Parts: sequence; C-alpha cells; structure tokens
Amino acid sequence: MSGTINDFSIHVATVNGSGSQTANTTLMRAIFQMGVPVSGKNLFPSNIAGLPTWFTIRVSDRGYLARRRANDVLVAMNPETSVEDIQAMGPGSVIVLNEGLPTPAIPSDRTVYKIPFQKLVEPLVPDAKFRKLVVNMVYVGVVASIVGIDPDEVERALQAQLGRKPKALETNLAAVRAGMEYAARNLGSSPFRVERRDRTAGKILIEGNDAAALGAMFGGITFLSWYPITPSSSLAEALQGYLERYRRDPKTGRATFGIIQAEDEIAAIGMVLGASWCGARAMTTTSGPGLSLMTEFTGYSYYAEIPAVIWDIQRVGPSTGLPTRTSQADLLSVAFLSHGDTKHVILLPATVEDCYEYGMESFDLAERLQAPVFVLSDLDLGMNVWMSDPFRYPEKPWDRGKVLTAADLTRIGKFERYRDVDGDGIPYRTLPGTDHPLAGCFTRGSGHDERAKYTENAETYARVMDRLAKKYETARTLVPPPVVERARGAEIGILAFGTSHWAVLEARDLLTPQGLETSYLLLKAIPFSKEVRAFLESHDRVYVVEQNRDGQMAALLKMEYPALATKLRSVLHYDGLPIDAQTIVDQIKNREREGVLAR
Amino acid sequence: MSTVESNGDKNRIGLTLNEYKGAKSTLCPGCGHDAITGSIIQAAFEAGIAPHRVAKLSGIGCSSKTPAYFLGRSHGFNAVHGRMPSIATGVFVANHGLTMLGVSGDGDTASIGLGQFLHLVRRNVPLVHIVENNGVYGLTKGQFSATADVGSKAKSGRVNELMPIDVCALAIELGCGFVARSFSGDPKQLRPILRAAFSHRGTAVIDVISPCVTFNNHEGSTKSYLNVKEHDAPLHDITFVPHYENIEVDYPPGETREVTLHDGSRITLRKLEEDYDPGDALRALEVIHRGRQEDKFVTGILYLDPDKDSLDADLHLVDEPLATLPLERVRPPKKVLDEVMSSLMTGGA
Repeated sequence: MSGTINDFSIHVATVNGSGSQTANTTLMRAIFQMGVPVSGKNLFPSNIAGLPTWFTIRVSDRGYLARRRANDVLVAMNPETSVEDIQAMGPGSVIVLNEGLPTPAIPSDRTVYKIPFQKLVEPLVPDAKFRKLVVNMVYVGVVASIVGIDPDEVERALQAQLGRKPKALETNLAAVRAGMEYAARNLGSSPFRVERRDRTAGKILIEGNDAAALGAMFGGITFLSWYPITPSSSLAEALQGYLERYRRDPKTGRATFGIIQAEDEIAAIGMVLGASWCGARAMTTTSGPGLSLMTEFTGYSYYAEIPAVIWDIQRVGPSTGLPTRTSQADLLSVAFLSHGDTKHVILLPATVEDCYEYGMESFDLAERLQAPVFVLSDLDLGMNVWMSDPFRYPEKPWDRGKVLTAADLTRIGKFERYRDVDGDGIPYRTLPGTDHPLAGCFTRGSGHDERAKYTENAETYARVMDRLAKKYETARTLVPPPVVERARGAEIGILAFGTSHWAVLEARDLLTPQGLETSYLLLKAIPFSKEVRAFLESHDRVYVVEQNRDGQMAALLKMEYPALATKLRSVLHYDGLPIDAQTIVDQIKNREREGVLAR
Repeated sequence: MSTVESNGDKNRIGLTLNEYKGAKSTLCPGCGHDAITGSIIQAAFEAGIAPHRVAKLSGIGCSSKTPAYFLGRSHGFNAVHGRMPSIATGVFVANHGLTMLGVSGDGDTASIGLGQFLHLVRRNVPLVHIVENNGVYGLTKGQFSATADVGSKAKSGRVNELMPIDVCALAIELGCGFVARSFSGDPKQLRPILRAAFSHRGTAVIDVISPCVTFNNHEGSTKSYLNVKEHDAPLHDITFVPHYENIEVDYPPGETREVTLHDGSRITLRKLEEDYDPGDALRALEVIHRGRQEDKFVTGILYLDPDKDSLDADLHLVDEPLATLPLERVRPPKKVLDEVMSSLMTGGA
C-alpha cells in the first residue's frame, strides 16, 4: 500500500487509570504543533481504574474532526482487549503490540511491531509502581518515530503538561527517547506519516465543557449550582477554576460568584430558580438522570416565568445507560420537560465555539424570555478536545430582560407581573429587595392571573397559557438561526444538529463525487426559525441526521411541519460512539437506491 | 393578642400593623396556621422589618399557602413540594441582604422535603424556617405525615405505628444554631421566638405545633388543640430585647439565662421548673427524647449557638448582592480571554 500523509487514525488501547491520558495528549499535541489538524476521542469506561479504555487520534490534513470507523495504527497495551483490538484492524494497518499480549492469528498484510515495553522501561524506572505509569511514554516514542513526529515537538508537548514537575518530566522524556531509539534501531517507518503543515497556527485545542465554562464566565454568571454527574462535572469544575482565578478579588478574597455543589439535581435547579428570581445569572449543568430529576422545577420555571440556564451534556440512556458514551437522545424529553403543556427553548451547540457563545447567549435569552433555556451538548463535544479558532471577546453588553426598578415603578404607577404589555408575550418583573410599595409580588406554580393572584378561573388559565405560547413564538425570532449551505440544484438536503455536524461535513464531501449533491442545514436552536421551513420546502428529500434511535429531531419537525413530513428521512446512529461520516453516506445511499428502485 | 393593634400606631420604620398584613386566609376557620400568621405579622411589625427586604418562601400544602396572608408588600415564592430550602439557598446567595422567612409544613419538611431541609441546616442558610406541624396532610384530606406521633389516631380511625420524625432533634444533630418549638395557641411564647429568629444569623428552625381543626382535632389525636394544651411543657419564659432598645430585664439572680445574638439583640430565658441551658446540644436532645417518652410537648428555645458562621462567610461573597452587580464587575476584561486563548494556542505554523 502506498504511503498516506496526514490522513489516518491512531488507536491506543490501554487500561483505565494507567496514566495513558498524558501519553495520548502528548502525541496529539505534538502533531498539532506540527501544523496538522487533529482530533482526539477518548473512549473511557465508567470506572476509576482497571477497565479498558481507548483513545483515538485522527490526523487530517483536510481538518475532518469526526470519528472514523476504521483505524490505521493500533497501539495494543491492554491484555484484556488485545485480541479484539487486533481483529478490528484492516489490511494495510500497523499494529504496535506490547510483547507477550494475547493475539489472534494476524494476516500477513498487517504490519506488526512487537515491542518489549517492560524491558525498555525497567532500567529507567526502578520503582515498579511508577513503571506502570511511565511505560505509556515508551509507545509515544515508538509511534512518534514510525509516523514521523518531530522529537522536538514531542518534547515540547510533554513539557507543556509536566513542565511544573521537573522530575516527572525527566523520567517521562527518558521513556519517550527509549521508545524512539528502539524504533529507530529495530523498526521501519509506517506507511502512515505526519508531515509539517501550517494549518493549526493561531488555532486552539479545547474541550466543549471548558469552552462552555469560559462562555458562562464572560456572560457574567453569578451563581452556579450543580450535582456531580458524568459527563457534565468537568463543565462545573472548569467554571469553578476560571471563576476562582478571575472573579475573586486577589486582595480581599471576596467573590462575585457563588457556587454550591448541591445535594441532588432537584436542589441544584431549585437553587438556580431562587437565585434567578432575585436577579442573579444562574445556571446548572447536568446529564440525563439529573435532567429527569429537574423535571418538576423546569415546569415551574416555565409557568412562573423565572429564568434558568440548564446545560445537558448528553450521555446514553435510558436510566443509568452508558454513562461514559455519547448520544443525542435527550432531545424530545428536554423539548417538553415537565408535566402539563410546556415547550422549551433549546440551544444546540455543534462546536466548541458554540459552547462558548451559548455560555453567554443562554443567559441573555433566559433573562429576556423569563424562561428556562436548555443547552444541549453531548459527551463527545463536552469531554473531547477539539481544534477551533480562538474565541472572540463579546462586543455586545448583556441583555438583562424586562426588569422594573423602583424608579420605573414610580414613573409607571402600576405593576402587573404577568401582563403582556408589549405584545410579545413577555411580561415585566421586579426583583426582591426593590424598595417600592408596588414592587412586591407573590410567585407561584399554581394558577395565577395577570396580577399574579391565585386563581382557578378557566378563562384566565387558558389566557395565561396562550400568552406563554405567544412568548415561544417570540423566542423563535430571538434564538440563533440555523446555518444553511445550499448546493445549486440539489434535491437532497441534510439537516443535523450538535456534534453530528462534523460527520455531515465529511459525508457531504464523500457523497458529492458519487453524484449525490446535498444542501445542508445545521440547526442551532429550538424553536425552529423560519429558515427551517424554507429549507424543507426547497428540497425534495431531507435527511435528518441524529444520534438517537427514534429520530427525535425528525419527530419534532414532523409535529411542526406536518405537511412536509413526507420529505423527511432519518439517518440514525445510536451505539454510544460518536457518529462517523461513513454511516451517513451508507444510509443516504441506501435510501436513495431504494427510491430509484421504487420509481 | 396584640399589644399595639390600634390603627395609627406606627413602628420604628413608620409602618402600621396593617402594612404587614396580606390577603385574606382561605384556610379552615380556627386553623392553627392562621394563628401563626397572626404572630408573624405582629412579630415583623414589632421588629420594624422593612417589607421590601423580606423574601417569603414556602413549599406546598396548607401551611405553604400562608405567606400570601402576611407581609403583602414583600416578594413571595411559593415553591414546589418540599423544595423551599433549595429556593432559599439560591435566594440567599443571590442577595444576602434579604431577610428570608419560610413557612413549611410537616409533610413538606419531614416527608417529601426531608433531604433538602437537612442540607439547608447543614449549610446554615439564614432562613427563618417555620414548620407548621399538625401531623397530617390537610389539602389531601387527612393522611398521616411523618411527624405523626406513635399511637395517634387519624380521623378515619387508623392508628399511626411509625416513629415520628422530630425536625428539632434532626436540626440540633446537624449543628443548627437556632432550634425552637412552640404552639400556635401560645402567641406569647411564639412571638419572641420569631423576633429572636429574625435576628439570628443562620438557619432558625421553629417547629410550631399547629392543630388541624378539620382532620386532626378529634379525640385520640395527639396533635388536637386539647391534647397539645394539656401536654404543653414550656422550658422557660422568653423575652426578646432588640439591639436598638436599651431595656434591662430585672429578674432575681439565678432565675434567668441570657444569650446575646450576633446583631446585639438579647434573649432572656426565665426558668420555670428547672434550669435549662440552651447552649447544651446533648441536653436539648435529652429533653426532646424524655418529652416524647412522657407524652409532653417540650416548647421553648431548645438550642442556641449564635456565633456559627452562615453560608455567606463560607462563600466569601462581596458585600453587594450578586444579583445586581454591574457588567464590569462580572465580565473579566479582554486581556483575560486573550491570556486563556494563548495558553490553548500551541498549533504550529
């Protein structure tokens, strides 16, 4: 097989808790430093130590960041999984194998390098306990050598991670060098090579949860309450880190934020509502099971009209499901979360940049709409590292919505909490502590009229519900619009949201040369803005790509546009791994072929 | 019951008693909760609390409706069932200048809301947490709650066999700095307790036995008016002296104990049958347990620790309410973003 430059995947199989994260990050960063776009996908178990874990680094000159189904270079370090890991490798692949691991029969068109990792690391690390952690650095050296990663870049990448621990740095560098030297002496070079480019200059590498945390900080968050749950904890913890660093006065030690690790997710959302009711910019972050617990308070937030920002970093359900795998299957439950008639505003980040932007925008929307605003991220986006352009400092100030001060009340001379004064379905509110005799207001989840008085009156109830529906129509005009890319004359449209975006980008490039030209709509929010209908109307067939079993986005579209329902087809992926381009290509081609046969 | 009821009488901030009232109660005539509402109105009026500085909070149930019936000018938050404590926690962090007055019931606090209640106490969120305790679910027509006493008979004839949850004992166990029990029919005792609670910095748990006239006032119910009156065992007579009044209470030596609260107000406890030290948590738990064994409702200030730090000290918040900080205080400058971005920018050219 001929050589492949800057277009392959490295798959590393290790044991959880063995310190492989530093090794894998070093490899990934070294390639990034060479100017070549990379993405890393961490496939980890719900476990602290002992279970199998995998890390896949995709090297792509063209900047494709989605998961690839097949891998080209395997590093097999885990005896529990080595047989299966090796069996999954295709013809032409390269297998770096820890000597002594169980193996299946390996066809001769795979290149196998058996490495005596233990022997290489033993002289470097006398203590057996540390040896286990350092051994991974040897494969960094081996891989760097056979795919041609500049040793200086490996050193720089390692320094960036261990620079503060000189002793650890020294030992790990020695291990890397041992791997490189062994490979140079004993192994050839692989057909998969990294060559220097200039495609990562000025770019950043960041996890979606980290990006979201930055957004929340620059959005002016003042209150966070949360309950630990994978894969959302890293958002809360990143945010805590940033706030401690940048929002606590170094002289006085006083903070302009409050963070509470709540006793459960019911309390977490309750605290958000209490804080938002007082006027704080408050948010919580959770995942599926936590979301289920937040159901009742979400309905309260909707009906009593209290802002709330709720990040859902989706994982695989139902129930505990696969807590460390990714999914887009919370969509329908979030869209209508609560008993009674409710429908919610949802932001759908596809990129780390979106996470940052929505970290800010979610507060503006929640306060403008006086409603819960959900941000539906997922494990793939939240917990994996993504390449991105650097984030922009916000140019706009902030939108704190319709809040009446004491001076406003004096000027107006009256206050009715739930009156639709402006005709947009959004009423005015006052904050507790406002020093004016008219400011007081009794907030309740039970039936209320325009003056916030208790009522069970039939007409009043219906009137309030109609106004809330009107407010949802206003939201349609405020949420971020979709990004539409039209291909001239294309009959086929693809509609996707969230992380499916990356696989769609690649799939379209694969479909075009096969005669399947596609337009694309990347949905950024619910409720759907007018561009969505226009997109459906202007295409003959629209493939809705999503990472769930039941075609949840397609279902929402069919509810909203029943007359266009027959145009919709689903491309589905729901095994817990991030969706890949080939899945989309295969499903679209199959359906198109069926269509031709039917005609 | 009131001492300054006559219209026109104004308190120290120039408001009349009427300005502390709320909407008309919709509870059953004779409900213990309405008496507590009266005590709250009176205590807030006497204390001269500015209504706009008060956040009234509640959960769900008969008790939780009552914040609509007092302090009509204040903001109120009638939350979902059992979750008032989480609302209070959020309110406090957002605006720690507010006085938070919470009303809950025995179902709301001891059944569905027990978890949140305990965590509220554990965090020492400054909330006056009144439990209007009648041992029964009123709005759903007479089921037992988790505070029903062993052997108490429901209107349906069923007898409760399960141990009651004692919210005061739990609060003491978790280090709550202000724990009291009272009786809705004893405003003379309840009022100074409420006023002292307003001055306390931290969670103040006040369990008020409040008979349900409709579903739990019959013979065989331990929380009927008659039974509570007969078995009420006050620990002491309570006098509250606010920090802005310079009154010396004159009792014979050895008869009283005095505790000074954080704001300088004083609580004077005059002994009745025996001396009682409200600073002794073990003694408080003993009194509660012995009272239960002897079928007595021990009332009064069971436990006091006025110096415990509340949540804001733990969070080291700025003095101003977080809720209304201006943008420049909460959005770091561009150089911070630039700094973070450049630390993430390791790509090669």
